[in-house]
Amino acid sequence: MTSLASRTIEERGYARPEVLVSTDWVAQHLADPTIRIVESNEDSLLYPSGHIPGAVQIDWTLDLNDQVRRDYVDRAGFERLMSRAGISNDTTVVFYGDKSNWWATYAFWIFQLFGHSKAKVMDGGRLKWEKEGREMTRSVPHYPATSYTAPDRDDTKIRAFKADVLKHQEAARPLIDVRSPAEFSGERTHMPEYPQEGVLRGGHIPGAKNVPWARAANPEDGTFKSASYLQAIYEKEEGFKPSDDIVTYCRIGERSSHTWFVLTYLLGYAKVRNYDGSWTEWGNSVNVPIER
Amino acid sequence: MSAESPPGIPPALAALIEDFARADRMARVELLVDYADRYEEAPLSIATRPYPVRNRVTHCESQVYVFPEDLPGGTVKYHFAVDNPQGLSARAWAVILDETLSGQPLEQVAGVPGDAVFQVFGREVSMGRGEGLIGMLALVQRLARERLHERKPR
Repeated sequence: MTSLASRTIEERGYARPEVLVSTDWVAQHLADPTIRIVESNEDSLLYPSGHIPGAVQIDWTLDLNDQVRRDYVDRAGFERLMSRAGISNDTTVVFYGDKSNWWATYAFWIFQLFGHSKAKVMDGGRLKWEKEGREMTRSVPHYPATSYTAPDRDDTKIRAFKADVLKHQEAARPLIDVRSPAEFSGERTHMPEYPQEGVLRGGHIPGAKNVPWARAANPEDGTFKSASYLQAIYEKEEGFKPSDDIVTYCRIGERSSHTWFVLTYLLGYAKVRNYDGSWTEWGNSVNVPIER
Repeated sequence: MSAESPPGIPPALAALIEDFARADRMARVELLVDYADRYEEAPLSIATRPYPVRNRVTHCESQVYVFPEDLPGGTVKYHFAVDNPQGLSARAWAVILDETLSGQPLEQVAGVPGDAVFQVFGREVSMGRGEGLIGMLALVQRLARERLHERKPR
């Protein structure tokens, strides 16, 4: 029997397997001018310490976030970022990163707010590439600036705001809290020294089910679990259905983008939105319901 | 140590914080990668696997352990083991803590503010990463405080 870890992407039963590429595939496309490899990490030291040859870095705090408002870059900001990274409208972007591609799927999700559908994720991310002993470099590539035309950011289909989530919760529609059990229960909120992501109240949105995001990934190599394994978690264990209208959330919306990716692309769920305000907004809001 | 440095911080750490305050983001990243490159795991004479839970940093996803080596004169050398090869920030911070706090008066080590993490790594550190880095400092400080407590006349 083929072990789960050694199954190819095509053998794992995903709804949209074309959204994933293997490390082999990336290694074979390093010089492909139609491909741009993008590394996105939590730890900002990883890319400068060594990355896939030709890969550019997109930093979630500096490149994807608006530097004044709590929001993502607007159309003009996204166009500037794409131009700087040498990405054109026809470029296929392949994301990878640390933490089982947690930050890669976050960048992927934000790219989808701007409709860049030519986007893929390298299964296993940085961990698998490194474990396989593949080539890495500290040389930072510079690509000619492109002329990229983006539509206005579409916040209606895959993004949820607090007002949407309030209605969603009142209507008893499915919510997935992907944080750790200690965060879900309210036992743990934030560090006193760390006000940036602090919250005044602990707990979770009433009715939410707790499915920590990392259950969808194999810790030994960062690859995604098979469709049957994922269905066992989200459908058999938790009772979600592909036709459900689901909102995912965590603390600032990054971990929940991983679950959004899993449900949307690997299991083919039709309507999943990521609430990026997440607990740092909900747990600081006045007069919203909280369950502990 | 400059007049602005918090009182009681070991001089080497105060000087390092000043260096980082002058560095722009790119320079800071380069400095930190240089520190991470110097990382060496705690030698076998100090710690062997499996590492004891009491030496493990809580809330650190990189699985970091801190081991004290008592030095003549009553100070401590702090050894680290960072089990996650992708824990670059943890490795850099381990080298910084060793180079600036090892051999320093325990009272000063115990008094380093947690904010030192952000003075070195910048304010944009994510909460997960910040928790682990503060946890590393906190464990070093716990080891220092334990020794100070043991020395108090009873």
